[in-house]
Amino acid sequence: MSLPVFSSTVARILRQLRHDHRTIALMVVVPLVFLTLLYFMYDDDPLLFDRVALIMLGIFPFILMFLVTSIAMLRERTSGTLERLFTTPVAKLDLLFAYGVAFGLAAAVQATVATAAAYLLFGLDTAGSAVWAVVIAVANALLGVALGLLCSAFARTEFQAVQFMPVVAIPQILLCGLFVAREAMAGWLNALSDVLPLSYAVEALQEVGTSADPTGLMLRDIGIVAGAVVVALVLAAATLRRRTS
Amino acid sequence: MDGATNEPAVQVQGLVVDRGGRRVLDGLDMSVPRGSVTGLLGPSGSGKTTLMRAVVGVQLVRSGTVTVLGEPAGSPALRHSVGYLTQSPSVYPDLTVQENVRYFSSLYFRGSRRREAAAEAIEAVGLAGTEHQLVGSLSGGQHSRASLACALVGDPQLLVLDEPTVGQDPVLREELWARFHQLAERGVTVLVSSHVMDEANRCERLLLIREGAIIADATPDQVREHAGTTDLDQAFLTLVRRHEGSPR
Repeated sequence: MSLPVFSSTVARILRQLRHDHRTIALMVVVPLVFLTLLYFMYDDDPLLFDRVALIMLGIFPFILMFLVTSIAMLRERTSGTLERLFTTPVAKLDLLFAYGVAFGLAAAVQATVATAAAYLLFGLDTAGSAVWAVVIAVANALLGVALGLLCSAFARTEFQAVQFMPVVAIPQILLCGLFVAREAMAGWLNALSDVLPLSYAVEALQEVGTSADPTGLMLRDIGIVAGAVVVALVLAAATLRRRTS
Repeated sequence: MDGATNEPAVQVQGLVVDRGGRRVLDGLDMSVPRGSVTGLLGPSGSGKTTLMRAVVGVQLVRSGTVTVLGEPAGSPALRHSVGYLTQSPSVYPDLTVQENVRYFSSLYFRGSRRREAAAEAIEAVGLAGTEHQLVGSLSGGQHSRASLACALVGDPQLLVLDEPTVGQDPVLREELWARFHQLAERGVTVLVSSHVMDEANRCERLLLIREGAIIADATPDQVREHAGTTDLDQAFLTLVRRHEGSPR
């Protein structure tokens, strides 16, 4: 890896994003629309709103970043720029980590806006600090980026890439403890949810909801999500082929 | 580099490549002399692009060796010294001309050299004045020249250009060929593919490829003499017929 190549690649990806005003608008506005829906859905049950909205703050960036990244990487592949980059001094990890950092920054903006709106506009109430909610949301966004990069290696077309989203995201959302508490699930479902990284992100957010100070469990869970991000990025590098047929 | 100057810039031996279940290159041998403009000519589907991809090290090969500037094709050391232009333009349509070329420049250079090299490359392909236009909004010809600028920007010792003059007007084509010869005079090796025979006249050396095999390796004059005609199109046809007539 080379620091100048990595940082100029981050800058290039952010420049591409900056030229795409509609994507920026969607990234910021869509979570706000969902939060508004939730707010009115749980109009008469503020406690339930607190529980669901907090978890949603972690799930939005995961889904959005997964989609954005897998399409961005696929475009890099189909436009021929990926093939060209492989004839230049760009290392695979330069490129993958650059995507992680560039979209991670975009996710930080998104998470900050969504979290600020949730607390200030919709009166979200948690025992713990909103700052931790943002940290976990960004970790989740990075998880989405890393899994998106990994999955894009297996998609040949945009059609396929989009369909990886439900395959990767929906089981994690169903089993993360939002709909049914994980302890209340059948044994095998519980075991399955134990190996899905989003479960730990949701558990960490629930800790923010219930404890005033950061708990050891929350920190451990953030660590597990971060570990999953690194593993997915390394796997993505391993599946990225410099030579193709 | 001294002492090695007689060694060809590109040496391909027994190259076999399969794509999509079809044998595209079948034991191909060729070499490209240093500091020359070498034309790789042949009809579409003859294996030009596959051969070029093997030279820049992005093609999966079944067997054979490809040596570039004394190193195996695609080795990390070569990534600073080989410039590659893909057949369809590979630049970011959602960035401006300048942002594209500066990005590729930053992969090779540090500090103020990045900007200088980018400005020179944009100038060289005749895109000065369009720096701040999004590449996606350019005409087809300008789009491919933006892509060419990104291949030139790293000051490569070997330039592999897949049909660089397609879709360019005659004046620009003239300028681009003059540019390739200037580079060759400075010691750069330029390998250019084309399926247009009248471009062959502008090369110092010609490699004629057909169905995955090199059927002639000579100067344009030698090709004409060999085929007994002054027309390169005709000469190519004659050589193809002669090649098909001869036992393999």
